[in-house]
Amino acid sequence: MLYALAVFTPLAGAMVSGLLGRIIGDKAAMGASVLGMIVAAICGPLAFFQITAGNPPGLLDIGSWIESGRFHVDWALRYDTLSAVMVAMVTFVSMLIHVYSIGYMGHDARPRYRFFAYLSLFSFAMLMLVTADNLAQLFFGWEGVGLCSYLLIGYWYDRPSACAAAIKAFIVNRMADLPFAVGLALIFFKFGSIEFATIFPAVPQHLHDTYTLFGTTFPALEVIAFLLFIGAMGKSAQLGFHVWLPDAMEGPTPVSALIHAATMVTAGVFLVARMSPLMEYTPYALGFVTFIGASTALFAATIGCTQFDIKRVIAYSTCSQLGYMFAAAGVGVYQASIFHLITHAFFKALLFLSAGSVIHAMSDEQDMRKMGGLARKIPITAAVMWIGNLALAGIPPFAGYYSKDAIISATYAAGTPIGYYGFFCTVAAAALTAFYSWRLLFMTFHGKARADHHTMEHVHESPWVMLVPLILLATGAVVAGYLLSGWFIGAGWQHFWNGSIYNGAHNDVLARIEENPIWVDYIPLVVGLAGIAVAFVMYILNPLLPVRLSQTFSGPYRFVFNKWYFDELFDAILVQPSIRLARIFWQTGDATIIDGVPNGLAELTVDGSRQAVKIQTGSLAVYAFVMLIGVVVLIGVFMLSR
Amino acid sequence: MTNAAGFPILSLITWLPLVGCVIIMMVRGDEETIASNARWAALWTSLIVLALSLVLWVLFDQSDPGFQFNESVSWLPEYKVGYKMGVDGISVLFVLLSTLLTPICILSAWDVIKVKVREFMLSFLILETMMVGMFCATDFVLFYMFFEGVLIPMYLIIGIWGGPRRVYSAVKFFLYTLTGSVLMLLALIAMWVHAGTTDIVTLLHTPFPASMQTWLFLAFFASFAVKVPMWPVHTWLPDAHVEAPTAGSVILAGVLLKMGGYGFLRFSIPMLPDASTHFAPFMFALSVVAVIYTSLVALAQEDMKKLIAYSSVAHMGVVTIGMFTFNFQGIAGSIFQMLSHGIVSSALFLIVGVVYDRIHTREIARYGGLGDRMPSYALVFMLFTMASVGLPGTSGFVGEFLVIIGALQVNFWLALLGGMGMILGAAYMLWLYRRVIFGRITHADLRSILDLSPREWAVFAPLMVLTLWMGVYPSSFTSYFDASVGAMVQHHTAALATTTKLAGMVH
Repeated sequence: MLYALAVFTPLAGAMVSGLLGRIIGDKAAMGASVLGMIVAAICGPLAFFQITAGNPPGLLDIGSWIESGRFHVDWALRYDTLSAVMVAMVTFVSMLIHVYSIGYMGHDARPRYRFFAYLSLFSFAMLMLVTADNLAQLFFGWEGVGLCSYLLIGYWYDRPSACAAAIKAFIVNRMADLPFAVGLALIFFKFGSIEFATIFPAVPQHLHDTYTLFGTTFPALEVIAFLLFIGAMGKSAQLGFHVWLPDAMEGPTPVSALIHAATMVTAGVFLVARMSPLMEYTPYALGFVTFIGASTALFAATIGCTQFDIKRVIAYSTCSQLGYMFAAAGVGVYQASIFHLITHAFFKALLFLSAGSVIHAMSDEQDMRKMGGLARKIPITAAVMWIGNLALAGIPPFAGYYSKDAIISATYAAGTPIGYYGFFCTVAAAALTAFYSWRLLFMTFHGKARADHHTMEHVHESPWVMLVPLILLATGAVVAGYLLSGWFIGAGWQHFWNGSIYNGAHNDVLARIEENPIWVDYIPLVVGLAGIAVAFVMYILNPLLPVRLSQTFSGPYRFVFNKWYFDELFDAILVQPSIRLARIFWQTGDATIIDGVPNGLAELTVDGSRQAVKIQTGSLAVYAFVMLIGVVVLIGVFMLSR
Repeated sequence: MTNAAGFPILSLITWLPLVGCVIIMMVRGDEETIASNARWAALWTSLIVLALSLVLWVLFDQSDPGFQFNESVSWLPEYKVGYKMGVDGISVLFVLLSTLLTPICILSAWDVIKVKVREFMLSFLILETMMVGMFCATDFVLFYMFFEGVLIPMYLIIGIWGGPRRVYSAVKFFLYTLTGSVLMLLALIAMWVHAGTTDIVTLLHTPFPASMQTWLFLAFFASFAVKVPMWPVHTWLPDAHVEAPTAGSVILAGVLLKMGGYGFLRFSIPMLPDASTHFAPFMFALSVVAVIYTSLVALAQEDMKKLIAYSSVAHMGVVTIGMFTFNFQGIAGSIFQMLSHGIVSSALFLIVGVVYDRIHTREIARYGGLGDRMPSYALVFMLFTMASVGLPGTSGFVGEFLVIIGALQVNFWLALLGGMGMILGAAYMLWLYRRVIFGRITHADLRSILDLSPREWAVFAPLMVLTLWMGVYPSSFTSYFDASVGAMVQHHTAALATTTKLAGMVH
């Protein structure tokens, strides 16, 4: 009951504020949305604590959804540890973002009911996703968050850049969703169902199923896992599909926090964990997961080091951290990836919201080159942002330390070549993470103030309605790792997860972390501190150094600064050809070739009849003459044939 | 032969609109009176027909795969041609779709049609008779008459109340569809010669020799493919839509396109199982091309109606993929997709009509920034945009998803390429939405544009409810055709097995 309330009160809030917003007024609509979310944020964590207290997992069936022959799916809420963890996190973080938005959107010229309706709907879609009992309902939430992100990224719809970013987010996601949908169809083809309760026990019977593609025979489970993971790559913005995520910064800052922390991007990681009973039997797909995750972690971190927009730095950091989560999932330690997902939700929401607080204070300035020296003017924001970055960089005892270390250790403990690749990438990314985090802190809060006098005079600490959520999140960023690590990855993990995350009999990576050499435990911390030191040298001691470095190594710098030219590449190989092809199909294909045939036939008929018309001259003499000829011919024929 | 209603309900639904026509024709007075009376009479007639058709909805026996509410009157006994009516799971919902969309069309044309109002309303009521009759007919000759009869009022609607190039479009529409139909007439005669009857139920159980099936299939294909329309005989559709008045576009997209799909399901697939199987790869190829090609063409359109017309072709491509998979999910998906498309594309044409009535242009570039002035319109538009791109929770998802599931059982690439509409559809619809609703208002006349009127709300509300209902609880619709689809799949498998056995005996 609590559980259902947690899922459906955000929907109710969204409906009231979205549909009745213009009638009941802006304040009331906002109140309804926030109230719905607060109720959810009470029920969600309570439902989670119930399950840790020994409540049995269960299923809340709401009703049938699609039925077609053997195909059958229900609307249902799955209640197990994995879902409950996600529900608790989503409702809690989302509630704080709702509250924060009251202050943040206070100055917006437009009525705000639309904004709050979208926020609540977003949370609802995510909750439906994580509580799904079958892949179709998961897909419902999956697409629902896609829609809401589209609406929210394009919230300021009079800005062309926001509209473009919104469309880009939706379409890039859709490109990944198509293989995902085909993957669902393949699961149905092989298993006769897409309900978790039917699929998971049946996996061992399908180990030797094959599926032929490209003229080659593959294990069917591998094909399924690959297709599903492509979907996850889209939603979680992994290498190649990451291009929508930085542009998503066009939305208001609370939206960025919601997309990057609580909802949407974590869906892919959740999917891999949810499908662990299947993924455990697909070693190649898992290797691919680690490869993509680790590569993304490193790749996004390099870009994060060069950006100047405060939100974009954090956006690339999200991309990178999601890579970490996949790296862990790929070596079979789904527990660590969900653990990092939860701690990340706290500190990433914190980072975005405090960045929002900075932007708010700076009169909507986002360029870090125009900041600096803000720590004294907005001390609380500076303090919580320090906490967020300490957590992000994995400095003990902050939350990120526990989860990130677990991931790095797990990749090493896997002992496979791909595991070592993951280890290398994640360690290198850890150094870069620390570097760009402190680069952000130093450029924003310390050193000389670079903003103009006028802006600096206006800098003010945010109202309490924004600061309280920040402080709560900061508390989470401090303690979440310490408190949760015992449950998530401690010795009793089997009891805690209670079967909702599955490890195959061959998979003992989590246990083998204990056997790692001691240096593996310390290396993330060492490289992290080194990263901080470099940032200190470059942005505090010698602020001219970064400029000189970027000039000396201008080639590589431009490559990274321009995000490895992914946008340009996709524009050249996907967008432009599609537009050209569209024109060719339309102008040449339809208008000239296909319509040419009937129109040509029509002209032929018209021409023919014109010729025929010429015979009818209307002159009696001609008619008489022709008749005469006819008679002569007739008589001639008659005579000859006799 | 059963009739749960106890009275000839199908004939009543079919012919009642003509009674409305008689009433409208009897009205005398000045032009204003005639127009007003014609509107009200047409609306009431269509609403009564709708109410009557709801009896079908209630009394239809979902577990019966065969025809229900049967009527049979001897007509040309020496030729074994009868006046026979009946609906099964496949046709019943199309009857409801037709009777639902007619009052919506009449309401949407309320103030918009200003000349020859009486004739307009008459055309619509005659059109309704023809559409409903076509879905109800269980005699091939009767079916053929209704099938062709639809052309006449539609031709008039485009040709009289259409845009500047209406004559070109109307003639193109007429010639395209008529050419195909002539071939169907030949097929009809051939079937009659072979089976000695035109009773559809008998024909469904008459095996036709394989060589004959091929020719029959091609003849049917010529007729139905134009109606669907399948690539490459689709170019009449954008022209017809662009020139047709809004109500004409609605009924064209909503019901007339379904006649092709219905024809395939009623005749080609069950009566010609071998040829259908033989030609399935060909149908898949054309359908996949339709999905990708027309979606791309839609992307390049600068006219709102043309864009939606092309999107219709793409969506109907998904339909033809589904039905030729011959499996349960594929066929059920294609029926559902047709119903959903009937609602959603109708709504999209109505949405174009709303701004066309105000600004009198369909050029996308003339709009922009409507979100500020027309929040309700933006909401309605967003809902149907999402339904069109197949967002789960809307009707568009269920059909498309079932077709993908059905298609994958045939071939991986069929599912993947047939599903390309998921991506391209999102691209052209969101791009359209962005150019019309988002952005800043730059054209002065848009600054004073008005939001939806109560009449327009009344037009959209039932469609919105249905779109969400079909998306959230599709079972209340799929349950109508489950039994029939099941029987059809079984029939198809059995027929193929017989052919294989026969072939085995020969060799």
